[in-house]
Amino acid sequence: MKRRHWFSKTGLWLGLSFLYLPIVSMIVFSFNNSRLVTVWDAPNSPTLKWYGELFRNEQILGAAWLSIRIAAMTATGAVVLGTLAGLVLARFGPFRGRALLSGMTTAPLVMPEVITGLSLLLLFVALEQLTGWPEARDAATITIAHITFSMAYVTIVVQSRLAGFDNSLEEAALDLGARPAKVFFRITLPLIVPAIMSGWLLAFTLSWDDVVVSQFVAGPGSTTLPMVIFSKVRLGVSPDVNALATIMVLIVATGVVTSAIWMRRQERRRDREMQMAAAANK
Amino acid sequence: MARPSIPKPTARLLSGRLGPWWELFYRFGPPRWTTYMRHNWAGKRLVIAVPYLWLLLFFLGPFIIVFKISFSEVRLAMPPYAPLWQWVTEKAIDVHLNLGNYLFLLTDDLYVSSYLYSLKVAAISTVFCLLIAYPMAYAMARSSPATRNIYLMLIILPFWTSFLLRVYAWIGLLKNNGVINNVLLALGVIDEPITMMQTDFAVFIGIVYSYLPFMILPLYSNLEKHDFTLLEAAADLGAGPVTSFLRVTLPLSVPGIIAGSLLVFIPAVGEYVIPSLLGSSDQLMIGRVLSDEFFANRDWPVASAVAIAMLLLLMVPIMLFQHFQSRELAGAK
Amino acid sequence: MAERRNDNKKEPWRDPSAQAYVQIENVTKRFGDFVAVNNVSLKIYQHEIFCLLGGSGCGKTTLLRMLAGFEPPSSGRILIDGKDMADTPPYERPTNMMFQSYALFPHMSVAKNVSFGLEQEKLPKAQIASRVEEILDIVKMREFAGRKPHQLSGGQRQRVALARALAKRPKLLLLDEPLGALDKKLREQTQFELINIQERLGVTFVVVTHDQEEAMTLASRIGVMNRGEIVQVGTPSEIYEFPGTRFVADFIGSVNMFEGQLIEDLPDRVRIRSAELGGVVYVDHGISAAPGAVVWAAIRPEKINISRTAPADAAENCVSGVVKEIAYMGDLSIYLVKIASGKMVRVTLPNTERLSDHERILWDENVFLSWHSSSPVVLSQ
Repeated sequence: MKRRHWFSKTGLWLGLSFLYLPIVSMIVFSFNNSRLVTVWDAPNSPTLKWYGELFRNEQILGAAWLSIRIAAMTATGAVVLGTLAGLVLARFGPFRGRALLSGMTTAPLVMPEVITGLSLLLLFVALEQLTGWPEARDAATITIAHITFSMAYVTIVVQSRLAGFDNSLEEAALDLGARPAKVFFRITLPLIVPAIMSGWLLAFTLSWDDVVVSQFVAGPGSTTLPMVIFSKVRLGVSPDVNALATIMVLIVATGVVTSAIWMRRQERRRDREMQMAAAANK
Repeated sequence: MARPSIPKPTARLLSGRLGPWWELFYRFGPPRWTTYMRHNWAGKRLVIAVPYLWLLLFFLGPFIIVFKISFSEVRLAMPPYAPLWQWVTEKAIDVHLNLGNYLFLLTDDLYVSSYLYSLKVAAISTVFCLLIAYPMAYAMARSSPATRNIYLMLIILPFWTSFLLRVYAWIGLLKNNGVINNVLLALGVIDEPITMMQTDFAVFIGIVYSYLPFMILPLYSNLEKHDFTLLEAAADLGAGPVTSFLRVTLPLSVPGIIAGSLLVFIPAVGEYVIPSLLGSSDQLMIGRVLSDEFFANRDWPVASAVAIAMLLLLMVPIMLFQHFQSRELAGAK
Repeated sequence: MAERRNDNKKEPWRDPSAQAYVQIENVTKRFGDFVAVNNVSLKIYQHEIFCLLGGSGCGKTTLLRMLAGFEPPSSGRILIDGKDMADTPPYERPTNMMFQSYALFPHMSVAKNVSFGLEQEKLPKAQIASRVEEILDIVKMREFAGRKPHQLSGGQRQRVALARALAKRPKLLLLDEPLGALDKKLREQTQFELINIQERLGVTFVVVTHDQEEAMTLASRIGVMNRGEIVQVGTPSEIYEFPGTRFVADFIGSVNMFEGQLIEDLPDRVRIRSAELGGVVYVDHGISAAPGAVVWAAIRPEKINISRTAPADAAENCVSGVVKEIAYMGDLSIYLVKIASGKMVRVTLPNTERLSDHERILWDENVFLSWHSSSPVVLSQ
């Protein structure tokens, strides 16, 4: 058994290096002086030249700001809708049309982006013909599109969190005289807060990252950051994109590592308390 | 699942006022009520209705429109397709159902070969993903809880950083004067750079790389639940490590394998960004074809037909995925 | 049935004029094709501890959940304090429930859990605080008021759950396997505490349990359930000594059952010839069954004597056999004796004296089993 363990351990480390190799190379070359991204210009490196250039690039900064706003709105909308859907699927028991709802919340997880993008654009066009709205495609249409595909992720996260909790908690609250709406806000909601938070971040990331769907539903005046990057890198490698990537990796890594440490601490404290409670019983 | 009985007089009153609409509304409500829901039915239906209507309008609705447009003819206008029907007189509708787009897909080699190529790329990438992910997930599941969380974080971290940028990073690695070639040249392994960009190889790398976490996570969550005393029992009964892996671990991890494979395979078929950045322009994947039809040729009907055909192709895997997904969520209870 | 004691105030179910607090009338609950509760009618009186006893899936929990209001009956009605509960949601019922899993809110402290119900009644803060303290005193959990549920042991959680359910001073407390999650020692201790609290607060308890010992200790009356139906209702001793059906006899305690035919059927005595026994069972009370009908004589293991020599009157209520198994349990010993028909008869003997091995009856000895004519219970179904 030891031998196989050794094999899979090696596999794990090789896999992790595979995952991190491109990221590391991107970070390294963001400090390279040369415009040829891959040739290390030893005499003049490392340099922060590309970072400076990045922060002078109005187009990128504008697009980033737009992306942040869209992502924040998307995440908030997706959390509201996804939480409701997750609650319905996990708690409302069978009802007519449940299968369709559950299908509509899992299909977007695997739906190819080109299909989602195309279909949403055609919907917006048809809506415009019928109702006059949306007059032009802009941040609003992008946000609606992003909410639609990212709420599925929130639903799954919330649903599985709720499935881990006993239904009887809510029943107990009802039994103690709380009305259903109150039960939701006092009992259910506090329990799923962690799921809602990770759902929010997930939806934010998905929206922040999306290029394909945005390309379909964006109008001329609304170019998101991934769209800018995509058009830039299609033309060739550009070093300021490396700088941008490095900044993003840094932000994400800080966030993920802090939250992991915080969660680990919480878990440890909880374990210790539970052990003490069990010991006190003896 | 007994229908709750609404008091007879109330029902009569309501159906008298609202006619069949009431019946319809009542019928499509949640059939299994618990008493408190009966008292809160308005609120409950509202909670169901909000996400339901959103998804109907923005997820299911669009497909119907795509389906409709796939039958119409292209024309030079905005929007660039002919309406399916027109009111000729007040009573007669003139329906133009045009199957030409689909015939075009079937007869033109470009489309058929693109579909086949996409399926091939997705399938091969899925297999490689599985081969790389399985040992990783296994090693993670076998390590101590503390290190397990660190590994998990390491796997998820790239997933949180921009997908586009990570694909872009591979350009720098795979180019003729990229990092890999430079290193190999410097080491003297090769004499001239290997062409890796704009090959199938680059596309495989890109897809495997981007989708690897989607394969690892379901596998890991499956393997993590395994009771490792099962392996001890197998060893106790005389099975060697290889036998007990093949006869115990592998069969038990099949749901994880299927879930992970579908999570990789289905989106990979329609992948657009990776082949655009890393692949060759000689053989296009279907996602690229769709977007070219749409943006470059402005042929919305054909693009719609391409999308519908792709959906039909992926129908079975998507339904399979839904089946496993709902089973997974039900099992979590 | 047992001798009637109509005048006893403590047993309101014997008084036809007494008003039942809970009336369950022909209640049926179906889940799809599955009938969870089948046409159950019950009357539960104030200050009772009524135990619903049955195996898993017998419908006892469903019945309890219908009382709490979580499931509406498919048909029939439930009245609490004379009021039909059909349109009363759980949050308006005069009942509170203690859940099997305790269902303590993990994000609230013990005090917050207990005060949750009181807050819903919009009582003044000071009053809530004093009520919480009072109830925590009763369950001896006052010093843990600030803790969260995960910081408590299993027994402590059970007390908090009880306190939370009692805090609103419900008239009717529903307890779903209240002691199921506790270990044996703690369970016995808690049983008596539960009874004390019930007597002190005068609450009516309806307890669901699968543990017959628990039901026997707690209950003023037991309702035995099987496959969604109530098979028998009675006090613990009635249920044990006078089971109405073979199911009840077998489910509560252990029993030796002999199938036979009625050969004599008089108002004050009955004789049954049983091939299984290889003899005649003589019973000194009458039963209601047609002569010649197939009936079963049920005899509890502790009501059978075991001896090396034949008793004086060996013609009836006596059988001989060979000891096949002996289980020494400390306080008592169980003997399995094989009789001529091949049937194993179970006998328990209290170990009242320390006997040396040659005094004690041992394996493969020939023994005589006998019992008093009041001991067998004759069952016709």
